[in-house]
Amino acid sequence: MTTLTALARAHAVESGCAQPITTVRHVHVADRPFACVPLALAGEANAPLAALVGDERERPRLLVVHQPRDRDQRFGFAHRMGQLFQGYIARFPSVVQERVHESTRPVDGPQLWVPNPRSTAFLKLFGRSTRYRSVDGPYPVEETVPRLGRWLTQFVHEAEYPGQSMLLEATTVLTQHWATGQSAVEDAHLPALMAWLLTPDGMNGRAAALAAEDPVTHPPAGPATDPTFDREVLAPAMAAYDAASNPVARRTAKERLESALRGQLAPTWDLVWQAIGLMRQLPPGERVVKRWVRDVRSNQTFYLRLNDGSPPQPKRDGAVAAARRLSRLERTQANYEAQRAFDDPLVMAEHRLAGNAFVGTVVEVEVDRFTGKARRPLIKVRTDDPVSLVSGTVLDPRRERQKAEILEVEQDEDALIISLELAGGMGNKTKEPPPPRSLPTEGEEVCYSALSDEFKRDGDFPSLDETPWTHGGPPVPVRVTNEDVQEDWS
Amino acid sequence: MDGIRGPAEPTKHNARTIAALTSNPGCARRRVLDAAGVDKKALAEHLGAPAPFGDSPFALARGNVFESIVKANGAAELIRLLREMLDLSLPEVAYHALDNVAGRESLDTRHRRSVQLLREAARSAEDSGTLFAHPLLRLDVGGRAVYLEPDLIAFQIAGRFHIVEIKSFPVIDRRAEPEKVAAAAIQSAVYVMAMRDFVASLGHDPEIVSHDVVLVCPRDFSNTPTAALIDVRKQLTTLRRQLDRLENLDSILGVLPPGLTLELRPDSTGARTRPVGELDEALKHLEPRYAPECLSVCEMSLRCREESQGRTEALGRSVQEQLGGIEFASEVLSLAAGTRPPSIHEEEAARMLRAAHRLRSQCLGETA
Repeated sequence: MTTLTALARAHAVESGCAQPITTVRHVHVADRPFACVPLALAGEANAPLAALVGDERERPRLLVVHQPRDRDQRFGFAHRMGQLFQGYIARFPSVVQERVHESTRPVDGPQLWVPNPRSTAFLKLFGRSTRYRSVDGPYPVEETVPRLGRWLTQFVHEAEYPGQSMLLEATTVLTQHWATGQSAVEDAHLPALMAWLLTPDGMNGRAAALAAEDPVTHPPAGPATDPTFDREVLAPAMAAYDAASNPVARRTAKERLESALRGQLAPTWDLVWQAIGLMRQLPPGERVVKRWVRDVRSNQTFYLRLNDGSPPQPKRDGAVAAARRLSRLERTQANYEAQRAFDDPLVMAEHRLAGNAFVGTVVEVEVDRFTGKARRPLIKVRTDDPVSLVSGTVLDPRRERQKAEILEVEQDEDALIISLELAGGMGNKTKEPPPPRSLPTEGEEVCYSALSDEFKRDGDFPSLDETPWTHGGPPVPVRVTNEDVQEDWS
Repeated sequence: MDGIRGPAEPTKHNARTIAALTSNPGCARRRVLDAAGVDKKALAEHLGAPAPFGDSPFALARGNVFESIVKANGAAELIRLLREMLDLSLPEVAYHALDNVAGRESLDTRHRRSVQLLREAARSAEDSGTLFAHPLLRLDVGGRAVYLEPDLIAFQIAGRFHIVEIKSFPVIDRRAEPEKVAAAAIQSAVYVMAMRDFVASLGHDPEIVSHDVVLVCPRDFSNTPTAALIDVRKQLTTLRRQLDRLENLDSILGVLPPGLTLELRPDSTGARTRPVGELDEALKHLEPRYAPECLSVCEMSLRCREESQGRTEALGRSVQEQLGGIEFASEVLSLAAGTRPPSIHEEEAARMLRAAHRLRSQCLGETA
């Protein structure tokens, strides 16, 4: 939570309207996203109850587990979801055929949308419970089941990296772009959040959000169901299904259960697609596509691994894998933070307010200044920002290859005059003047910050086989055993 | 105190409600309501703002099924786990179920029976591995005795009691949801405290009740139990402090108007006849300290949220802090726009808000 976002919230409270906190969109919205709205049975570890899935808003596919404690039905659900999801992925040549190279050209790739972080957590566990299932031995499952488990695990794992657009949670994405007049706790409830963003005519956001808290008219976005729905609708419908003694009664009971669950899911399904629509309306940030291409490539790499007989993802990372992952997380986070700020003046404003960035006017330029043979121009920038930087290297995203070293910061009445020594990004010829526009000119507005979107190399880590004994030695390869298949399932 | 509650019976606390006392200790309204034993659920309902949470019958059923699996056959499965974890090497473990017999016993009778058995166990010099299921303990909360029913108490050789808490949330690949573990830890700490008070009353060292509680949960996606030791020392300190504060309400009670009451005046059919307007007036004397986190723990939360409308606290603590602790959203905006001069202690916050306002207007192309 930054002061700018907090201020936007205060504005939302007073105006009754949600307030933008970015000027561009920082995620990619795919042409054909796949939405998944899951519901789980309360109290169970990870028992799917129902889901609406699909890549067409008008044609959601309803998957229902009529008796969630029945193992066969649970894997039947996974099988049907697997068919739909893998059928969806197979439609992308970018994943299953062509080799995608690093580029800034938009590519079409798979993208999964869920309502909220809890849904992601549910899919993570669902991936865990299905990816080690076996097609033979006791309790065999269809091939699609472990494959779905591995795909879900891939999406959920990748979703941990900041800036990705492979798996998007509606509440997370929306709250990264708008501030409402309620708290983060209330924003987690998708109907209430959307009530602020798409407020019905003649209402204010707060009144609309309050109305959206009624679970009867606005069912929760899952995966947890409303306890009153469980007690008054679901439990009797399930009991009727279990008690049905002939095919006719069973079919009636099944239809009743399905219609009740569809009623709980359909409003959330619509909200997720409305969220996708809202995001499409925002112009994308310049660097978004670069990250999206990386997402598509990650899926392509994964697809190859899936087909070359590699084992499923382990239950827990080994020492080397964990260290690598952490290092990648840190680098991704730093790059994403820089990219967001470079793409969006309102995000940069947060850094300016914190004193780590400044926007100002160039008041003096000394081009012919040399250190040895190297040209090291000096510029002075006048700024009103509350800068707390006193030394170090900064750069302006419009001249990303040109580093600026802070030499001096002087007070000038209410403003600050910052002297910067520039290096790089101005051609190699010392004898000739630098190419036009390679250097800031007097009167130009510039924006310098300590942020950097530089490519950083992966750290040096031992190979898996060389994991030191202090870190548990080389990890035992993942083997699919039937050990936990035998367990007494709840 | 009794006047505030009126003639109704004080509500019964349990480990969960006592644990909840630690979640928003600064709230004077809640402290008074809890200390007086006011039925917050009924009060909130009557005020037209019922608690926004409940339990699913499926969750309750699953909890009961799992507990019965753990306790089946004289808790055979649990004893296996305890042997592994506490080095319980005894070949035989006695199992005393202290549940309600035929639903006829009063709480007092059950408590006396529990006390008798536990007293013998605490006194016994021999290494008697014993499990007590559902003993009834007593704890003093705000000057009133509260009965508590831990799932199990294990007594083991090294002479220490361990509280065993059975929960039905899963531990998957040795990991469980942190919030659920935290909630279980604080509830178990309530039992540890009650048990310590009890052994102290017998003249024993309270430390013979271990601060490590045994948390038993289903493993992965199965019904097979797994157990872990959880250190609840920190929770014990927090709890003790909150219970002490509950007894020290003089500073709050002293300023309340005499005759203040929140009674609901049920008539002979149980319908509540107290005019809501009167209750609204009475509640005004008890100052809430609302935070969005209340929504998941306190029965009164929707009511308090209504009252905090327009205040920055309703947006969450971190937002309020970022806004320099200014109380109302409207004040934040007038300070940010510079239309109202800040008071001396608002100057720092106002400077920050004005800077934020200037940047926001610049970026969104609005006039500053």
